[in-house]
Amino acid sequence: MLNITEKILARASGRDSVSPDDVVFANVDKVMVHDVSGPGVLAVFEKLRKNGVKIDRLHDPEKVWVAEDHFVPAADKISAQNVVLLTQFTKDYGIRRHFKYGMGQYGICHTLSHEEAMVLPGEVYVGGDSHTNTTGALGAFAAGLGHTDVAYVLLNGKIWFKVPETLYFKLNGRLPEYAMAKDFILKIIGDIGTDGAAYKTMQFGGTGISEMSVEERLTLTNMTTEAGAKSGIIEPDQKVRDYLAQRGATNYREVHGDPDAQYAKTYEYDASEIEPVVAKPFSPENVSVARELSSTPLDKAYIGSCTGAKLEDLRAAARILKGRTVKIRTEVLPAAISIFRKAMDEGLIKIFMDAGVMVGPPTCGACCGAHMGVLAKDEVCISTTNRNFPGRMGHVESKTYLASPLVAAASAVTGKITDPRDLK
Amino acid sequence: MEPFTKIRSIATPLDKVNVDTDQIIPKQFLKLIQKTGFGQYLFFDWRFQSDGTPRKEFVLNHPKYQGSKILLARNNFGCGSSREHAAWALLDFGFRVIISTSFADIFYNNCFKNGILPIRVGEQVLQKLFETDGEVEVDLQNQAIRGDGIDVRFEIEPHWKKILLEGLDDIAATLLHQDEISRYESSHRDMNPKSS
Repeated sequence: MLNITEKILARASGRDSVSPDDVVFANVDKVMVHDVSGPGVLAVFEKLRKNGVKIDRLHDPEKVWVAEDHFVPAADKISAQNVVLLTQFTKDYGIRRHFKYGMGQYGICHTLSHEEAMVLPGEVYVGGDSHTNTTGALGAFAAGLGHTDVAYVLLNGKIWFKVPETLYFKLNGRLPEYAMAKDFILKIIGDIGTDGAAYKTMQFGGTGISEMSVEERLTLTNMTTEAGAKSGIIEPDQKVRDYLAQRGATNYREVHGDPDAQYAKTYEYDASEIEPVVAKPFSPENVSVARELSSTPLDKAYIGSCTGAKLEDLRAAARILKGRTVKIRTEVLPAAISIFRKAMDEGLIKIFMDAGVMVGPPTCGACCGAHMGVLAKDEVCISTTNRNFPGRMGHVESKTYLASPLVAAASAVTGKITDPRDLK
Repeated sequence: MEPFTKIRSIATPLDKVNVDTDQIIPKQFLKLIQKTGFGQYLFFDWRFQSDGTPRKEFVLNHPKYQGSKILLARNNFGCGSSREHAAWALLDFGFRVIISTSFADIFYNNCFKNGILPIRVGEQVLQKLFETDGEVEVDLQNQAIRGDGIDVRFEIEPHWKKILLEGLDDIAATLLHQDEISRYESSHRDMNPKSS
């Protein structure tokens, strides 16, 4: 009667069974740090050293991987220095998997986690970033931690978890062609609120999820963070196996919930009723149907981030932008350079450029207000990203509407919030 | 870390819901690699105007709340990015206690790791605290919050209570005994070869 999350945590802690609220000491299979959490972890290492802890090696450098994504390409001198620090860190501790900006494969950490099959079904994966939840779509237990906890895992290979309760979100039927996973997850957050899943797992299932591609599923788990969830997860199926096999990963031990798995609560949604929506400033829970806001003027459209710049997100945007031109400043930043290349090979980049769009390099960039197109005071942006808190994308008095790539692209064409069905 | 026993101070009422970690410490300060000195950037965009002068209307700038060690906030405090800098900035500024109806999970854990006590209370208790004018006392040993007409208990996991009361750095404590733990584990494995 265990669900997938309970089974993964039981296996990782050497138990036959666990129940919600049990505290387990779980073995961690993968750990990720990036150019913000990496230096943060090093600061914790320094403090530990001052307390007499000898730190000369990590528990297992093979389980650790590193991404450069927030402030790259180096936004300023300090960011450049942090990348140098990160490089020294991987060298000092013998970490082989460091996705260096501008060398081979690179991009946003959560995108690399699936694009490079860094995390596999059944694993326990933690990262120094709140959107670590994303990779749960591959059937792993994936959760973000603070710097001190990440430091502990790096040194000890294990971490305490309180087994979370699971909320089960069942999608019945296939999403209509004008709606995307982003509309579904925003609808859910609008329903349960930004702390609706606080310290719980959000699991997604049902025929609508089986029909959904792996990349679309990743949008769902990615934004479980915005509902306060500890993790998000989807049971692995043939689509996940194929996705991973295309990336050379075939050797892993899948975990599935029991047929009579228990959930704290089940929510059911009819896929045919999911419509294009947006989350208004300044919270992902302020959800409205896009059509109700169709007179809202915009200054900018941003198609980027781990949430909204995967290959299928770019395909969706290109479907709208093909043969059209944008009326407002629009940026497309593919989430990894491998995705950029695929988009180029498929002709998507040409479509974007023909539409007058700025195509940029993979980076967290303006999603977290770091650089690469941040917003000025009073500017209004429609964005495929995950957060719209005050100042998230720039000035504290700028405004961000969160939307799917279809809605963002349609809005870029008209300069106002636009349902893709209403585009002439 | 400094052992936590009783904290008595005026409580700063931050009357906002869903305060995310980017409000607590904006992203531009994450690039700094030290772990101290973040207090000056706490609630930066709310405390200061773009020319660097303090915003008089913001509660932290009110003379009455200078030196306050207790922060009151509305629901879902600390949501958003996992940056531990948020806890570092609050501590460095002087806050040892944060009271709200709910906290975001990662932030909640980060607080304990840095000697801050986050307390969850019911809505009515929080409202009373917001309305109180005098000092508030937080007594960790007895898990009590006291103030003008206020005397309530709060819940805390025994593990975290011990860590705070003794001022332990739990990670350093565990890691310092790592060799003994490893020795124990390996001798245990030798005795039970099948259990590894």
